[in-house]
Amino acid sequence: MIDCAIRTQNLNLFYGKFHALKDVDFCVYKNKITALIGPSGCGKSTLLRCFNRMNDIYEEVKITGEIKIFDQEINNIDIIELRKRVGMVFQRPNPFPFSVYDNMVYGLRIHGIKLKKSEEEEIVKSCLSSVLLWDDLKDKLHISALELSEEMKQRLCIARLLTIKPEIILLDEPCSALDPIATMRIEELMIELKKDYTILIVTHNMQQAARVSDYTGFMLLGELIEFGETSQIFTSPKEIKTEEYITGRFG
Amino acid sequence: MRIDQRFTDKFVKLTLNLQAIFTVGILMIIVFIIFIKGIRHFNLEFLLTFPEDMGRHGGIFPSIVGTILLVLLSLVFATPLGVGTAIFLTEYTKETKLTKIIRFGVESLAGIPSIIYGLFGFIFFVIKLKMGWSLLAGALTLTIMILPTIIRTSEEAIKSVPKNFRMVSYSLGATRWETTTKVVIPSAAPGILTGIMLSVGRAMGETAAVIFTMGSSLRLPTSLFDSGRTMAVHFYILAREGISMEKAYATALVLVLSILCINVLAYYYMHKVMSRYS
Repeated sequence: MIDCAIRTQNLNLFYGKFHALKDVDFCVYKNKITALIGPSGCGKSTLLRCFNRMNDIYEEVKITGEIKIFDQEINNIDIIELRKRVGMVFQRPNPFPFSVYDNMVYGLRIHGIKLKKSEEEEIVKSCLSSVLLWDDLKDKLHISALELSEEMKQRLCIARLLTIKPEIILLDEPCSALDPIATMRIEELMIELKKDYTILIVTHNMQQAARVSDYTGFMLLGELIEFGETSQIFTSPKEIKTEEYITGRFG
Repeated sequence: MRIDQRFTDKFVKLTLNLQAIFTVGILMIIVFIIFIKGIRHFNLEFLLTFPEDMGRHGGIFPSIVGTILLVLLSLVFATPLGVGTAIFLTEYTKETKLTKIIRFGVESLAGIPSIIYGLFGFIFFVIKLKMGWSLLAGALTLTIMILPTIIRTSEEAIKSVPKNFRMVSYSLGATRWETTTKVVIPSAAPGILTGIMLSVGRAMGETAAVIFTMGSSLRLPTSLFDSGRTMAVHFYILAREGISMEKAYATALVLVLSILCINVLAYYYMHKVMSRYS
């Protein structure tokens, strides 16, 4: 049995009276890329946001069942600590309207990580290098992050996350605002990153799931219909609904 | 039918243009008249010397200092209070009865004529709290007067900070306070600053509220409890009591130029911010 970085059991989530997640039993394997696919509104982003408790921001959200992050019950982890360990990349690239450098050190600052200037610069360099931005940006650390291209912004957001050394990275349709070439390059980056991180990606793009992920979960109307190795899901799905979805009969 | 429509279109366009020209024209005329009438007495000496013979001769140095001190002191009180209120209203509460009452209060405060602030300041700060006619009493009165502007502009600026900045900050493990102070306020700072600059313009030009609370002493104010005379009050007294129209216009020129500069700066800044978010 491979280690689960995230494991849920009988996970149910309600937005007020709306039953958004239904009895989800799910596992994200360590150092693998797991993709969640499904039509819009199926609950895949909601499920993703359970793992860093971003749903807490919304009123009237009620969660029952169990979520474990590396075998630790999620509610027993301090929320700040949890969000440091489980990082998130959003759909739209969202660097702060600060300089590249200030974006990069934001995480360090809020977690009160006191470093010498040289150590801080070293972290900025290594994290920007891991997203292949260092060569482009090493002389431009003080320009506004808003001046970067969309792809570079998204890379910067990933790099900003890496500075606080998360164990798990959640990506919520990270390429939907990017062009195909930028998408391809972000995908290559994800494969690069899985050596060090566990990755869970929500995508509406089935080809993307097929290209990058090791495991895939298919969701429909709040239920996890099928979960398995990506190759199996895409070549011989066990569930009829999965087959219908991936062959494009609905969704 | 078509000719009618085209005519209407042209007519409306022409009228709107005229209206715009009219508005700018009035401003130009005012500035022009003040400039023509004030420029003769406007020189460095006027700015840097003390007035003599009730302001008939000499300069307006104490009034310039008095104006700057009064405005700065008002900002020292009003900025934290106003920005704090705006943060509370936008980041720390949901729409409830309380926020509605606060907003209603702020709106009402904005609509009160300045002389009422003057009377209130006189009764409360000058008499009741025994501050006398002083810089402090004047500044506190102006604080109440400019608070609505600061609260409203700050609120708008904070609201215009995209929600996803807050989300990403939370997702990185920041608390609400860290998100507010390190992301929201810095992002909203230019907008907040614009509001502050507009308030400065308003405070600088104020007479009614100031004359009742800070008095009109021509001496250089050196402590919080000194009376003083701002440029606006000086202008009012010179003109009202027929002391010297030339000096009055020269004072007005200094005042108008300062306020104009501040407004231009504010708009320039606002423009820069707008382009940053688009």
